[in-house]
Amino acid sequence: MAEKTYAGKSVNVTEDGYLTNPDDWTKEVAVEIAKEEGIELNEKHLTVIEFIRDKILKGETLTIRSIGKSGIIDTKGFYDLFPGAPLKKASKIAGVAKPASCV
Amino acid sequence: MKKIVILGAGTGGTIMANKLRKVLDKEEWSITIVDRDPNHYYQPGFLFIPFGIYNKYDVVKPKASFIPSGVKFIVNSINHVDAEKNVVSLANGQTLEYDFLIVATGTHIKPDETPGLTGKEWYKSIFDFYSHQGAVALQNFLKTWEGGNMVINIAEIPYKCPVAPLEFAFLADEFFVKKGIRDKVNIYFSTPLSGAFTKPKATKMLGELLKEKNINIIPDFYLERVDDENKKLISYDGREIPFDLLTIIPVNMGADWVARSSMGDDLNYIATDRYTLRSEKWENIFVLGDASNIPTSKAGSVVHFASDIVFENLMSAIEGRPLLAKFDGHSNCYIETGFGKGSLIDFNYETEPLPGTYPLPGVGPFGLLKNTRINHYGKVMFRWIYWHLLLKGKELPLESQMTMAGKEL
Repeated sequence: MAEKTYAGKSVNVTEDGYLTNPDDWTKEVAVEIAKEEGIELNEKHLTVIEFIRDKILKGETLTIRSIGKSGIIDTKGFYDLFPGAPLKKASKIAGVAKPASCV
Repeated sequence: MKKIVILGAGTGGTIMANKLRKVLDKEEWSITIVDRDPNHYYQPGFLFIPFGIYNKYDVVKPKASFIPSGVKFIVNSINHVDAEKNVVSLANGQTLEYDFLIVATGTHIKPDETPGLTGKEWYKSIFDFYSHQGAVALQNFLKTWEGGNMVINIAEIPYKCPVAPLEFAFLADEFFVKKGIRDKVNIYFSTPLSGAFTKPKATKMLGELLKEKNINIIPDFYLERVDDENKKLISYDGREIPFDLLTIIPVNMGADWVARSSMGDDLNYIATDRYTLRSEKWENIFVLGDASNIPTSKAGSVVHFASDIVFENLMSAIEGRPLLAKFDGHSNCYIETGFGKGSLIDFNYETEPLPGTYPLPGVGPFGLLKNTRINHYGKVMFRWIYWHLLLKGKELPLESQMTMAGKEL
């Protein structure tokens, strides 16, 4: 566990940089985490991020496939917004736990 | 007469039929088991078929031989389950009412989910080894293949038997070495995961083994489609891998009837309490093995360990007692690493695979996360154990709960 400051706010993060408390999340925090990931947040990103927050905080699990079928965005679009590892990056910016790719 | 219906006569369903028939009074309880296939396949054996280590007939026996007398076995497809009314409808129009339902219809490959996969190259230069047919077709292909780019790809997670693609890579390396063409074959292992496996210690050990055997790993590769015209895999982020031979682990999904009955998630897995193994929605439905959405491996060993819990909790439910048995997600996998050696991992929901000894702490004979000959023999012997003891629900000298004894932190 480490401490970081985003948008003037001190928050706890895991060793991979995920917020340990999803309640610490604000849009301003998201913008700064995104910057670290090399992403300039726009409305489209935020729609996806809010969708992910909503689902995860309800206790659902998400996969790239389920997001691609959600109607929010298709898989290709998801990759375009969060290049490389979209679910991991989007989860980090959304302030929720690192997606567990279970065995 | 009260009724138990078991859907699926694979590893899980067959074990449950055997366990339940032994203890439930025949005058009071009828047990019916349904499966669309009259044959039981020893699925861990599919891995060995492409390399000619096992042949076509080494892995098949009639299902009926493993189902005890006093259990009705119906060979038919499941059309639909009405979980509110407690009725199963079969493809032939027959209906089965139940007091308790055990779902054990597993997970299956769905090559049609990936565009271009089942086009003109399917079973010509693209194969799976997760079906009997695919494994046999690949065996025939490899007999005369002279080399090139062999790509192993995992299309989606989760999939059945998480270590099998790695074992396939290791055995392929050995096969090509012995054939004298290893220098003409490039082996690529492409996966949507960030490494060889999901958990850190096993990923490190297996990643090093891949490197040692000159197998190139391509991580974070999430397959969008196959271009069968130009023989290339294409990922969602536009990366391409050219292949001469593609061995694919296609998208895995639960049974189609689950979707028709609106009982599962987007991959047809049924929401299941990870500890009690009862459906989260219906009190008289238990879900055993790959058909559930519990966060552990989809693998025969899990089914075997979980069957003890389903049995105990179902008996409690029948007698109106609380469900006290708790599954810990225990999984135990032999990993063939080629040249007569093997490794072994043992883990659960909470504990990642660790080095050590199994099943006797400090003694073994098997070495956890070690690469040894005895581990390989464990895998070889297991086929006999599977047919003669495991399916019949007999006690094995293995605990269903994982233990930390014998593990090194």
